[in-house]
Amino acid sequence: MEPLDHFQAAAMAPSHHPTEDLLLAYAAGGLDEAMSLVVATHLALCPHCRAEVTRLEAVGGALIDDLAPAALGAGTLDAVLARLDEPNIDPIPLPVVRRRPAGPAPVLPEPLRSYIGGDIDRIGWSRTIPGLEEADIVCGDRRRSRVRMMRIRGGMGMPRHTHHGNELTLVLAGGFADETGHFLRGDLAVTDPSIDHRPVADDDGDCICLAVTDAPLRLTGRFLRLLNPFLRL
Amino acid sequence: MTAPDMAQSAEIDRTNGLLLRVAREHDRQAFVELFHHFAPRLKSFLLKGGADAGMAEEIVQDVMVTVWRRAGSFDPALSAAGTWIFTIARNRRIDRLRQERRPEIDPDDPALVPAPVNAADEGMMIEEQSVRLHRAIRELPAEQAELLKMAYFQDKAHSAIAQESNLPLGTVKSRLRLALARLRKALDPADLGGGA
Repeated sequence: MEPLDHFQAAAMAPSHHPTEDLLLAYAAGGLDEAMSLVVATHLALCPHCRAEVTRLEAVGGALIDDLAPAALGAGTLDAVLARLDEPNIDPIPLPVVRRRPAGPAPVLPEPLRSYIGGDIDRIGWSRTIPGLEEADIVCGDRRRSRVRMMRIRGGMGMPRHTHHGNELTLVLAGGFADETGHFLRGDLAVTDPSIDHRPVADDDGDCICLAVTDAPLRLTGRFLRLLNPFLRL
Repeated sequence: MTAPDMAQSAEIDRTNGLLLRVAREHDRQAFVELFHHFAPRLKSFLLKGGADAGMAEEIVQDVMVTVWRRAGSFDPALSAAGTWIFTIARNRRIDRLRQERRPEIDPDDPALVPAPVNAADEGMMIEEQSVRLHRAIRELPAEQAELLKMAYFQDKAHSAIAQESNLPLGTVKSRLRLALARLRKALDPADLGGGA
C-alpha cells in the first residue's frame, strides 16, 4: 500500500476517540468481547489510538517483568519441551478467519468484517422503525450486551433516548450529529445514562454504524415512552 | 543511567536476544533460558488473574509452546520480548478463563488506515522505552501502581476493580488516568532529562 503523507492521513484520521480507560481495558485484556470489537474496529481506522494501544501493551510487558516469579510444577519445562516437536497444531487459534477480498478496499475493516462474514453487502438488514434498519451481530455474551449494525437513512433523526447503560457507536459510513458532536467514519460516540440525545444522520447518504449497548435503551419522547416495552431499539 | 536502569537494560537486551535466537536458529538452549525467565512470571500473572494453579500451569505451557512456534513473527523494532509475550498470554487468558474471542486488527487489511509516514520519527528505541517505562512504574505513587496492576493482572472491568477495592469508579478511573499520564510523560522523546 502507498504510504500516505501526513496531511492525507490526518484528513482521514477520526476525531472522536475511545476514552483512555477503554483503550487501557482493551490493551490489558479486561474489556469484554463486544466492547473489544468496537474498540478494535476503531483501531483499524485510527493510527493514533493504535500507537496508544502499543504503548499500553508495553506497560503490560513491563509489569510482567517486575512480577515475583511463582514456583512451577516439577515437570513443566519437560512437558513444554516435549511439545515443541509435535506437529504444528497451534494451541491458540487465530482470533478469526480472515477473508481477504479482491478488488477495492472494503468499507468494513477487520475484525468487524470477519464477525459479519463479509463487507456491508453481506449484512441482512431488517427494518426497526421507518428510516432505521438494524442487523444483530453474534459477539460475546448476549445477556450482557447487544451488538448490532445500524443503517440510518440520510437526513433521518432517531427518537430522543437515554440509556440505562453505556452505548458505543462507531461510524463506518456517512455521518451523524447529536448534542455532543458530529461523527464521521472512524469516530466513536460514547454515551452513558446521563446523555439524552437525538442523533440525526447527515443528509449526504446513509449512515452505517456499529453499536454496542450494555443495557436496553429508554425512549424519552412523550409518546414514545408508551412504546418502550415493545420497541427494542 | 542508574544501576536499576542498567540492570533493566541488560535484561531487555538478553531476553530480546534469546527470542531472536529462537526465531532464527530454533535454538533450544535459548528457549530454555527464556522459559526460566518468563514462565514463572507468567504463572504469577495468571494466578493473580484468578486461574487456579492447574489452569495457570496449562496456560503457561500453551503460551511457551506458542512463543516457540510464533517466534518468527517477533519484531524487536516493534516491541520488547516481554511485551510480545504479554500479548500472547493476555489473549490465551481471555480464551481459557473467559472463553471469548479477542477481536484484533489485521495489520495487512486493505481497509486499515495506515499510520502517517513520519510517525516513526516520534518514537524512541524500544529498549530505551522499556527502561523508561520500568523506571516510571517503579516511581508511581503506591495507590496508582496498585490499581494499574489490578487493571492488567485481573481479568476484570474497571467497575469490578472499583468494587473490589472499595473505591468509587470515578476514583479508580482518575487514578488510572494519573498513572498513565506519568507513564506517557516518561515515554515523551522531548523529555530527555531521564527522570530522577
